[in-house]
Amino acid sequence: MGAGHAHRLYRHGHSPVHALPPHTKLAAVFAFVVVVVSTPREAMWAFGLYAALLACVAYTARVPAGFLLRRLLIEVPFVAFAVLMPFVAEGDQVTVLGVQLSVNGLWGAWNVLAKGTLGVAASVLLAATTELRELLLGLQRLKLPPLLVQIASFMIRYGDVITDEMRRMRIARESRGFEARGIRHWGVLAKSAGALFIRSYERGERVHLAMVSRGYTGSMPVIDEVTASRAQWSYALALPCAALVVCLLGWTL
Amino acid sequence: MSAATGLVAAGAIAVSLRGARRELDERTAPLAGLVAAFIFAVQMLNFPVAAGTSGHLLGGALAAILVGPYTGVLCVSVVLLMQGILFADGGLTALGVNITDMAITTTVVAYAVFRGLVKILPRTRRSITAASFTAALLSVPAAALVFTLLYALGGTTDVSIGKVATAMIGVHVLIGIGEAAITALTVGAVIAVRPDLVHGARGLEQRLKLRVNGELVDAQAPLAPAAPRASRRGLWLTGLVASLLLAGFVSFYASSDPDGLEKVAADQGIDQKAKEHASADSPLADYGVRDVDDTRLSGGLAGVIGVGVTVVAGSGVFWAVRKRRSTSQVA
Repeated sequence: MGAGHAHRLYRHGHSPVHALPPHTKLAAVFAFVVVVVSTPREAMWAFGLYAALLACVAYTARVPAGFLLRRLLIEVPFVAFAVLMPFVAEGDQVTVLGVQLSVNGLWGAWNVLAKGTLGVAASVLLAATTELRELLLGLQRLKLPPLLVQIASFMIRYGDVITDEMRRMRIARESRGFEARGIRHWGVLAKSAGALFIRSYERGERVHLAMVSRGYTGSMPVIDEVTASRAQWSYALALPCAALVVCLLGWTL
Repeated sequence: MSAATGLVAAGAIAVSLRGARRELDERTAPLAGLVAAFIFAVQMLNFPVAAGTSGHLLGGALAAILVGPYTGVLCVSVVLLMQGILFADGGLTALGVNITDMAITTTVVAYAVFRGLVKILPRTRRSITAASFTAALLSVPAAALVFTLLYALGGTTDVSIGKVATAMIGVHVLIGIGEAAITALTVGAVIAVRPDLVHGARGLEQRLKLRVNGELVDAQAPLAPAAPRASRRGLWLTGLVASLLLAGFVSFYASSDPDGLEKVAADQGIDQKAKEHASADSPLADYGVRDVDDTRLSGGLAGVIGVGVTVVAGSGVFWAVRKRRSTSQVA
């Protein structure tokens, strides 16, 4: 069962970071990202310090650097736009290696790249040290509407099932010699998507009936209530607090 | 601004949670969850455009038409939320921008256009398909427009808005049409098999006829009560909130940078085609935002006037449509 229910980003371990209650970790990551985003972009050294802080967390969590860096690659398509900025922005121009670049554009690109990378790194660390179910419990502890958490948990639980169903449909198509090459084949693919919707919806109806027959009345029972002690909170919040100090220094210096 | 869009997103989700309960009652959690999983999966289904390139569905319009606007907003938001937390897609602080843009704008615009068209067109399957085509087609540039506005509000780099639009065009010109074609085809496929599942096509079914002694007579009314019509008031409120927000944003922007607004107007035609990818540019909208400063307060007045005009015009259209509907029902 482990294969289906542990997501790809999770890395099993028993480090102090793994052991923290999930909602403290969620709060810490969120606060950290907010602090990073509100740092002035001119304070380059501050971003170096942030990276060092994250490296400390990764070390404590025993997440290898290679793992973290590979996961960071997910960011690449999203920051491609940032690379264009120096070329299209207006304002003062500088010449680097014979290419005209905008000073403001360079700052903007740096801004997006640095803050984006730090944010993604923090999320990757969170996902690597927290199990999915724990994450959902944490969201619930953070007072997200229970219905929303339930929907999210169903999505997570059945995401793999539906994706598998889609994969089987693709195999069925391919074993009949179908290969999507262009717009002409959209009809077939769209019919697959339609069939997938019907299957998902009907599965949802069956799941609901199964739940009702087991006594579901509109809310899920919480079996393992997690609470965080003061020590755990302070441990988790050490990261955003340290970041906050750096941020304040960045504004004053 | 990130916080502002976060608030907008939170409000919209709260409204949707209520609405979804009305659309699906206690079945909300499993059904919406499964539909979210479907959207998550269908975003991975690649549609080849030409040799080597392919696109995928964004799903906002599709969700709105298939399961209704509230559930649609919820599903797409949940998908974005999970992508943000788990797959570090687009970043956590960009969630507000992301949800406002990808989940709320596309779904609400698509659903409004869809309902409007369905009302005008004859009640056939073909017109449902045509309506979903147009709805998806319009929802994508609407999202792009909102994104450009958000970018104009939050961007600290002085990339001109026209250039932002142009930079997005090269990659995204086809996506709007592609999304529309795929959405229409998918809706058509679902209608052909289970028309009762398509939220937007409720009431389309033919009455059952029995052949008694060679002539057709109406069968007894179906046992299941007719599905409750989507609340018009909710739709109207959503539209009102959306127009309020848009008007407010535009006015703020106008007071802060009149040149830019002219540029937006000039580039309007181009903007219509530009479309940002799922969360491709979201960090931009978010990282590097600055709060709107007080000097723009004067713009508030213009905003209020604009909102007033929007409200009056919108309500007028709404009442006209409703009046026509009720008279046609009587007739």
